[in-house]
Amino acid sequence: MTHAYTPGLRLSEKMVIRKKRFLPLPGDVIVAKGDMVKADDIVANTSLPGKVHSLNVVNRLGILPKDIHSFMLKGEGEDVRKDEPLAETKPMIKFFKSVCFSPITGKIETVSDITGQVLLREPPRPVEVKAFVDGKVIEVFEQEGVVIATKATFIQGIFGIGGETTGELAIVAKSRQDIIKASDLCNEQRGKIIVAGSLVDYNVIQKSLDIGIRGIIVGGIKDDDINRLLGYDLGVAITGSEDINITLIVTEGFGQIDIAQRTFDVLQSRAGSIASISGATQIRAGVVRPEIIIPFKDENGISGLDSAEGTPVREETVGILIGDPVRIIRTPYFGKIGTVKNLPSELRKIETEAVVRVIEVEFPDGQSVIIPRSNVEAIEG
Amino acid sequence: MKNSFTVIVATDCGSTTTKAILIEKKGNEYRQTFRGEAPTTVESPFEDVTKGVLNSFAELEELSGRTLLDGEKIIMPANDLTGVDMYISTSSAGGGLQMMVAGAVKSMTAQSAQMAALGAGAIVMDIIASNDKRLPHEKIERIRYLRPDMILLAGGTDGGTVTHVVELAEYIAAANPKPRLGTTFQLPVIYAGNKEAREKIKEVLESKTALRITENLRPQLERENLNPARKEIQNLFLEHVMAHAPGYNKLMTWTSAPIMPTPAAVGKIIQAIAKKDDINVVGVDIGGATTDVFSVFDGIFNRTVSANYGMSYSVSNVVAETGIENITKWLSFEADEADVRNRIKNKMIRPTTIPQLLEDLKIEHAIAREALRLAFEQHKSLAVSLRGVQRGKDISESFKQTEEKETLIDMNKLDLIVGSGGVLSHAPRRSQAMMMMIDAFQPRGITMLAVDSIFMMPHLGVLSTINEQAATEVFEKDCLIYLGHCVSLTNSGKLGSKCIEYRIVFHDKREEAETVLFGELRCIDLPVGKEAEIELTPTKKFDLGNGKGQKVTAKVTGGVVGLVIDARGRPLSISGDKGLQRGQISKWEKAFKAYPDTS
Repeated sequence: MTHAYTPGLRLSEKMVIRKKRFLPLPGDVIVAKGDMVKADDIVANTSLPGKVHSLNVVNRLGILPKDIHSFMLKGEGEDVRKDEPLAETKPMIKFFKSVCFSPITGKIETVSDITGQVLLREPPRPVEVKAFVDGKVIEVFEQEGVVIATKATFIQGIFGIGGETTGELAIVAKSRQDIIKASDLCNEQRGKIIVAGSLVDYNVIQKSLDIGIRGIIVGGIKDDDINRLLGYDLGVAITGSEDINITLIVTEGFGQIDIAQRTFDVLQSRAGSIASISGATQIRAGVVRPEIIIPFKDENGISGLDSAEGTPVREETVGILIGDPVRIIRTPYFGKIGTVKNLPSELRKIETEAVVRVIEVEFPDGQSVIIPRSNVEAIEG
Repeated sequence: MKNSFTVIVATDCGSTTTKAILIEKKGNEYRQTFRGEAPTTVESPFEDVTKGVLNSFAELEELSGRTLLDGEKIIMPANDLTGVDMYISTSSAGGGLQMMVAGAVKSMTAQSAQMAALGAGAIVMDIIASNDKRLPHEKIERIRYLRPDMILLAGGTDGGTVTHVVELAEYIAAANPKPRLGTTFQLPVIYAGNKEAREKIKEVLESKTALRITENLRPQLERENLNPARKEIQNLFLEHVMAHAPGYNKLMTWTSAPIMPTPAAVGKIIQAIAKKDDINVVGVDIGGATTDVFSVFDGIFNRTVSANYGMSYSVSNVVAETGIENITKWLSFEADEADVRNRIKNKMIRPTTIPQLLEDLKIEHAIAREALRLAFEQHKSLAVSLRGVQRGKDISESFKQTEEKETLIDMNKLDLIVGSGGVLSHAPRRSQAMMMMIDAFQPRGITMLAVDSIFMMPHLGVLSTINEQAATEVFEKDCLIYLGHCVSLTNSGKLGSKCIEYRIVFHDKREEAETVLFGELRCIDLPVGKEAEIELTPTKKFDLGNGKGQKVTAKVTGGVVGLVIDARGRPLSISGDKGLQRGQISKWEKAFKAYPDTS
């Protein structure tokens, strides 16, 4: 395997970010190219088709499916209101009359003379897409959405839960190793996104929810605490739609792990700025990692940028080279950061007796260790 | 024509890596000679599967010294040290073939539809049936939400119910689902139900979907006819799914035969080997996200996929399903459950990492046992005789559980278990793979175990559709690594009681006779290809497949691990006491010389 290399999580103090904001179904884009937008601005909207309800009219009226049309009071495509008669029999004696009422307000979609069922559809549900980041609309895809560009600090987490949110960034941890306590939190942090240290426990998350903190950025979390928060054991890492009123971004992994020095330093340097964060994670098929975007404001107080169009897109990293900083992502040195000292080409036998390609990593204290190459990831800028 | 191929290159485009193998005709036989691997490039930023294929070819070129490419063009035909005669491929990239099936009755036509889809290599995302207890609007929401690659609709025997299947068609039409890939195209729907309902189905679905009509997959209650539906699924897989996946249009012009979904190809080779030797086979492919189980019993092929049991992406789901105590019970060392849980979650979020510590390796092997066990349980419950068919039953059958009564998987009749997938194929010691498979599958009587050496079953499966001789030759000589026979008890008893007396006459006329106590495991050295005569006599309370106390004699073949006598009983039970548990596991690991700390 000449390509055994794990791309790392992105971390950049200042870069141009292009954020696609697309509708789930075609609809209307309500901003124009060149517009400056704020994170909470709506950029596009559409209507999702309403829920479908079925009503077996023939069973209710005691008629044959082929005769259904002659008993219907309304036809396909017509509007109906809840409890409005939809179909009825016309017996000689009124007492024997049967009526079928609409269970919803909506439209009649189909009337089937094969099955005798009538499908009714609820009115469409409006869906709005917000800008999510302060920035400039640089591209408009008609009926689909927009691309917003912004100059910002960009940090990827390894795992997150909860959806998109924005808030002022507040550093609560004293250091990247710190473990904050519930008593460290106060009402001043309401509506903010806080940075904790190497671990948050369930009590801290609960207190954050009580106060109204919008998001937590932390090095590690225990599996048990995630399970308690969600109410179930997370089986597959596809997240972002949890209804938990807070967004959690884990930068390193499960267990107590210090936030990487550079990540913590960059977050500290942006304290007080408005951050847009998303916990959405999907490890498989089109990897999505949680992200922290902290736009810069220009002199006029308007976020974003004036000429994002010409900014080159970052080139993909080609691999790990000697001298590169790397993060170790598996025991026994999990979470430690070092530099690549050597990249031996020959395969080596490790403790498990597996024969694998390895990497020699040197830690800041001068200690060197041999690690399987697949157990390190590049620290990308 | 078919034997004129002398150099064949085959790829499997998996969700993570693209694996290429070179097969060459050496003298009169086909052999697999070189292997190359590169990351799959279906997703951003490449979004072109052919880039990963070319990278894997580049590695093959480097290793073999054969020039395969002229720029981005495959050189054909082969000539000395350049080119190949044939290029074939399978694919499971981008999540494979994802389907939804619908049928009138859940345990009858819907189940037949499910088996048709699974056999064609699909992942079945959901099964909609008239009697599945969901309300109509819930079914419609589900169809719209899941966005499958295609839907297979069945229902009614020929001349039977029309209403139910048309009702299902109405739900599909109301949902108006969009396909996962190529959102501007119509979703392919295959109708394989009551032929009397075809016209009505057309009325409901033709304008809203890309409708295909094929033969009824359950024309009579007593008969399934799954092949026409499977063939249609594979045609649509190429025409719709592959055609809209990034780069596949180009890849399809390169291959000498249609691209097959990976599991369908593995199914082909398992069927070919079962047919050739007239044996009952179970095959398993444990991947990062899913575990596929294949079986051929008395000529009947079944495949199931457990979409959320795997060793990386889905590793945490295995723990969620089985419980952490069922993982730690397989560990021979004291482990803090919270720490084990964190390690497992870290594997889930960093799926490409490998164990560096022996303890980590043992945790992965513990999870693999449970993933394999759960997937096999699921397979047994789905690989059943046709439901809805009236049949006579004797008194003993009446007392058995329903699942057991109907499953086609008879462990006493199983001849061969083949394991595939990283955790089995790349286990540092082959005995580890054998141990995992015995613990998970719990074979009964006499069973051979083998592993796929370097994961080439998909390649050979698609090759078998063009050149069966080449495929089976390579399968037997280069693909399968025989681990050895396992002789197991079929019942349980008292720990430490005398249970088997055995006598073995080895190939070199050497003899060995011993007594085995209940709860013990013996691993006897019997090299690959060497035969031995065995005679095992269970004591009167124990059974080796011929009945309690009944002697078993057989000729067994060796393997890289040897001959295993498993006297731990069935079902395999492990002590509830943590200390005793660790002692038991440690003893069994030692019997297998499974790890460096046990040998």
